[in-house]
Amino acid sequence: MTVPTGTVQNRPAPPPAASRPAAPARRPGAGARFAAVPLVGPGALYITLLVLVPVALITVYSFFERGRFGGVVWTFTLDNFARLFDPLYLSVVGNSLVIAAIVTLLALLIGYPTALMITRLSPKWRTVALIAVLLPFWTNFLIRTYAWILLLNNAGWINQALQALGITDEPISMLYTPQAVVVGLLYMYLPLMILPLYSALAHQDRQLGEAATDLGASPFRVFRTVTVPLSIPGILTGCVFVFVPAMSNFVIPELIGGGKTVLVGNLIRDQFLKARDWPFGAALALVLTVSLLLLLVLQSRLSKRLTEGKRQAEGKKVRRDA
Amino acid sequence: MRFRKSAAVLAGAAVTALSLSSCAGSSSEAIDPEADLSTQSLVVSIWADYYPETLAEDFEAETGIPVTIVNHATNEEIVAKLTASGDPGIDVAFVSGQYAQALNEAGLLQELEKSLIPNEENLYPEALELAYDEGNVYSEPYAWGTTGLCYRPDLTGFAPTSWNDLLNPRPELEGKTTMLSTERWMALPALKVLGESVNSTDPAVLEKVKEQMESTKDTLLAFDDTTFYSKLVSGEAAMVEAWDGWCNYAIAEDPTVEFVVPEEGSDLWVDTMTVLKSSKNKEAAMAFVNYILEADVQKYVAESILYSVPNKAAIDSLDPALVEQFPNLALPPSELLKGETVVDVGEFGTEYTRLATEIMAAG
Repeated sequence: MTVPTGTVQNRPAPPPAASRPAAPARRPGAGARFAAVPLVGPGALYITLLVLVPVALITVYSFFERGRFGGVVWTFTLDNFARLFDPLYLSVVGNSLVIAAIVTLLALLIGYPTALMITRLSPKWRTVALIAVLLPFWTNFLIRTYAWILLLNNAGWINQALQALGITDEPISMLYTPQAVVVGLLYMYLPLMILPLYSALAHQDRQLGEAATDLGASPFRVFRTVTVPLSIPGILTGCVFVFVPAMSNFVIPELIGGGKTVLVGNLIRDQFLKARDWPFGAALALVLTVSLLLLLVLQSRLSKRLTEGKRQAEGKKVRRDA
Repeated sequence: MRFRKSAAVLAGAAVTALSLSSCAGSSSEAIDPEADLSTQSLVVSIWADYYPETLAEDFEAETGIPVTIVNHATNEEIVAKLTASGDPGIDVAFVSGQYAQALNEAGLLQELEKSLIPNEENLYPEALELAYDEGNVYSEPYAWGTTGLCYRPDLTGFAPTSWNDLLNPRPELEGKTTMLSTERWMALPALKVLGESVNSTDPAVLEKVKEQMESTKDTLLAFDDTTFYSKLVSGEAAMVEAWDGWCNYAIAEDPTVEFVVPEEGSDLWVDTMTVLKSSKNKEAAMAFVNYILEADVQKYVAESILYSVPNKAAIDSLDPALVEQFPNLALPPSELLKGETVVDVGEFGTEYTRLATEIMAAG
């Protein structure tokens, strides 16, 4: 997957380009081809062991029958895939799509201004802000989830505050609802939206905006016609990064949703741990994995096309100038 | 309750028997009561935190037989281990009753030599008549219990007596109750109210359960089988469907909490000890089973883990203050045996899974 506007994916952002000494240009020497092996090796091993092998395993499992104790009986069948079209499971998938889409949209609405604001900070404060965005990732996921339970429950801090301020007499039921699931997922994956957006926005040529202003565009028009279109690859990346894990999370629906909301992630988990139906769980996981991979490919293609369009436009401009 | 999630699904004994008998081997040698135990050693597999910490040392001190204890997390895990190879290297395995039944039907269990287990007389007579293994031919019970309502009288304002108090709660309790999310226990209250077996395999019955649960779901705070007792202690919930041992954890933190088995009845679960046919140390294994049945050893389970035990001598020797604090530790067998043992429903188990998914996805 290429993220043309920057190097930031789901890992800490590098310090802003401005504060970084330019890397000396390096020419590949004679040994370059072999020098790459020790560098690529660990990554390749990681992907093989933790991605390819498990995916191959679930692919195989998904074509066989359920074993009594959770194993797989080696009788070929396509039933597991046929079951995916059961209205019950389709409704769970539909529900997951809706929730993941809402979470993604909200993350974009909150993440975009946040990322834009960070690019406007001084280099020092920019680093501080980026660390603040990442900080929650350094705390255990479950602890952060339980923190939301403390905040949202009927006797929780939010309700206490609302009652103390006289805004409401009765505590408002917030925990164990689909809305709480959205809040939990949004909180969990917001940084994955902010970072690619930040990367896209930080690398934008400020002069383009200035030029538009010089030509009489209002700040809003500059934002609408210059800033946003140029950051579309970042928007796409951020949306995919939030949407993909939101679809498959199962802890938040269980803890914050009180087990009353079922997402695809819960469905898969239950097949493995409760129903002992590994093949059906594998089929579900496989379809989810493949769909999300397709989404990533689509996002990567779109981003590439957009960037190439930009380059071609720049190319034309250069030729014209010449 | 470690075995719980797994107990939901009882071992499909017949099917397993067919598929596994080939690897069971036929190493069933006669038990020799005169065997020299000093040449034997044991490997015991049991749930973590489910036995006296000094069990291995104490047993060796008493019998001279060295013991290695290994842990398993679920019934499925240990059953998978035992069925995967002819000789898993385990002599004694702790599994829930229905899994013992399945292992036996798969031909993996050693018939117990009762002359080496005189402590069996410490058990309640009723504990020798459990449906999964009448007469304790291949298993001896270790702990048992049931499912009921765990509640805070100060929050409910009344003492519930029926599963209906949970399924169709009074308006003031709406949003203040939880039910277990493990499928068979999710269905249990509705099945009991309908007067049906907890092991029902009638699709029409499950349809009725579904209807009931879809209306019940709107009144629930949450489905929860891991933190329901802390919700009760914090006051988030006023009444929860609970396994008795876990209700004791709530009582330990808040003495006002009470436990009741609803009048429509409930289930009975048993965790058991089994000796593997593949064991090379069968006499030592019998000695171990016998040792566990000593009153003092099983008393530990009741005192420390707050699970009830089927050992009359152990229960009789409990500190009366403890029984007063945790009355369900001493639920008499007559009371427990009113409960129906949850057994495997074979292929129909997937219908229960589907039911649970339908209920959770509804609304």
